Amino acid sequence: MNDSAAKINRPLHWFAIATAIATFLLLGAGGLVTSHEAGMSVPDWPNSYGYNMFAFPPSKWVGGIFYEHTHRLWATVVGLMTTILAVWIFAKDFRKWMKWLGVAAFLGVIAQGVLGGLRVTMKMDDLGVVHGVVGQSFFVLICAIALFTGGLWQKISEQKLNVSRGLRNLVLATTVLIFLQLILGATMRGQHAGLAIPDFPTAYGKIWPDTSAQAVANYNAASKNPENITAFQINLQMVHRAMALTIFVFICVTAFFAWRKLGARDSFAKFAFFWFALIIVQITLGAATILTNKAADVATAHVLVGALSLAIGALGCIIAFRRSLRTATVENQNAAVIAFGNLAANK
Amino acid sequence: MKKTLLSAVIAIFGVQIFAADITGTITFKGTPPAENSLTEMESMSDCISMHDTTPTTHFYVVNSTNGGFGDVVVYLKNVSAKSTGASAKPAVLDQVGCLYTPGIMAIQTGQTLTVKNSDPCNHNVHGISEANGKETTIFNDQQPSGGAELTYTFDKPEMFFKFECNIHPWMKAWVCIFDHPYFAVTDADGKFTIKNVPPGKYTIEANHRKLGAQSQEIEVKDSGATANFTFNAPAAAK
Ligand SMILES: [Cu+2]
Repeated sequence: MNDSAAKINRPLHWFAIATAIATFLLLGAGGLVTSHEAGMSVPDWPNSYGYNMFAFPPSKWVGGIFYEHTHRLWATVVGLMTTILAVWIFAKDFRKWMKWLGVAAFLGVIAQGVLGGLRVTMKMDDLGVVHGVVGQSFFVLICAIALFTGGLWQKISEQKLNVSRGLRNLVLATTVLIFLQLILGATMRGQHAGLAIPDFPTAYGKIWPDTSAQAVANYNAASKNPENITAFQINLQMVHRAMALTIFVFICVTAFFAWRKLGARDSFAKFAFFWFALIIVQITLGAATILTNKAADVATAHVLVGALSLAIGALGCIIAFRRSLRTATVENQNAAVIAFGNLAANK
Repeated sequence: MKKTLLSAVIAIFGVQIFAADITGTITFKGTPPAENSLTEMESMSDCISMHDTTPTTHFYVVNSTNGGFGDVVVYLKNVSAKSTGASAKPAVLDQVGCLYTPGIMAIQTGQTLTVKNSDPCNHNVHGISEANGKETTIFNDQQPSGGAELTYTFDKPEMFFKFECNIHPWMKAWVCIFDHPYFAVTDADGKFTIKNVPPGKYTIEANHRKLGAQSQEIEVKDSGATANFTFNAPAAAK
């Protein structure tokens, strides 16, 4: 196992990290598009107002077009980086499953680009939600590639296998909840439900607001926002809030068990603490989104920290699975070897 | 003989000969909520240069002297008449100084809605249906400065179909679509006229986009009818 450290391709690892950072920034650019309601500001695609997108003059990047166009341009950068990453992995990484991950990333970035284009040209609003969810899933994939190409992964593979299956499953369940929360959040953004309730932690002064037709009419009459809201939007936001509370409880339990079972100095426990802190930041940003009447930069930060929470959760799952393998049964171990690969076996 | 002639005239012109107008005034009681200043516009020279001061929203068009309430849509409910939209003159929605003019309008199904761009900059014309309580994009077209007029028609009636521009996120307009010709939008004095209504009993409704709808029963006689409504300021703004 020790000689495998020599096998780490440092430039590839750093390039994978750079691609992950570029993808994170792209999520931010995409978040700004939605926060500024600019998703439809350029009705054509891949052209921009009839121009080739690379020749579209900056003097025309005004208002919402600025967000939409820079998002498209930056997406091509991420597309190019992902293509290079996939080819590089295919050529240089000796692990077969890594080659497949590279291929998946390449196909993912193409699909994501086409989804973004179709959302505009087919005028399908629900595709905007799918585009948001696929984008964050793609970010998780790139983060995983960055993890697998680095020395940390080898260190983890050599570490004591001491993460219990209970803790591992807890991390998995929490990550799944965060993914569901992402789908809810993306739907809220697509349906402009972020402004459906003006107060937090209460909702129209109550724990669960009145959504009768009369109550909604009263909310709209008193609201300063241009758009009228619907009971559907209110309920959507309430479910998002309830889910946030559920995730918070799960994270608390996860961090507590990681601390009790592994000790505060263990790297996995530290990961759990960081995740916990991230969720606190995320809930604060969610509250701030409501209280600032959905200021675009706050709402976008909420999207980004959400993406980071998901990615950290997913990496945590992978590490937890890796560190719980040998405590599992032999069959489980074999299954996991197939799932995550084994450096020694594939050599 | 005289009676026969009259019958013939009725036969030829149908009920139109006895049609009359419904007139009325919509009044706003209380202090209207403050409008939002469109400060986002200040950083966009093409837009702000067309205004002396930063414009505001116009959600509550209230005449401060007589309380007349503008931009209220008034219409008859459950009428059997068919849309005459196909032969009606096109309605016009213009974009001036990066604002929609008018902000609230009403048209018939089958009637052409012409969208113009009188600005020195691009707009995208994004039509969104909110029927079913969910936003659905129906069309989205670019309209460059000096670009050709865009035309749209609608098959189904809908209250407050939304137009927006995503380049200038404050730009929003709402269009009510009816499948009959008996509707009007109140002017800046809160006055409206629904023309050529056949005599009979009707339910008339007045609908403000933020305050919702009120209705009353009226009878239109040969001499016409009057219907007045009063809207109260929303609770939070009182
Ligand atoms: Cu515009």
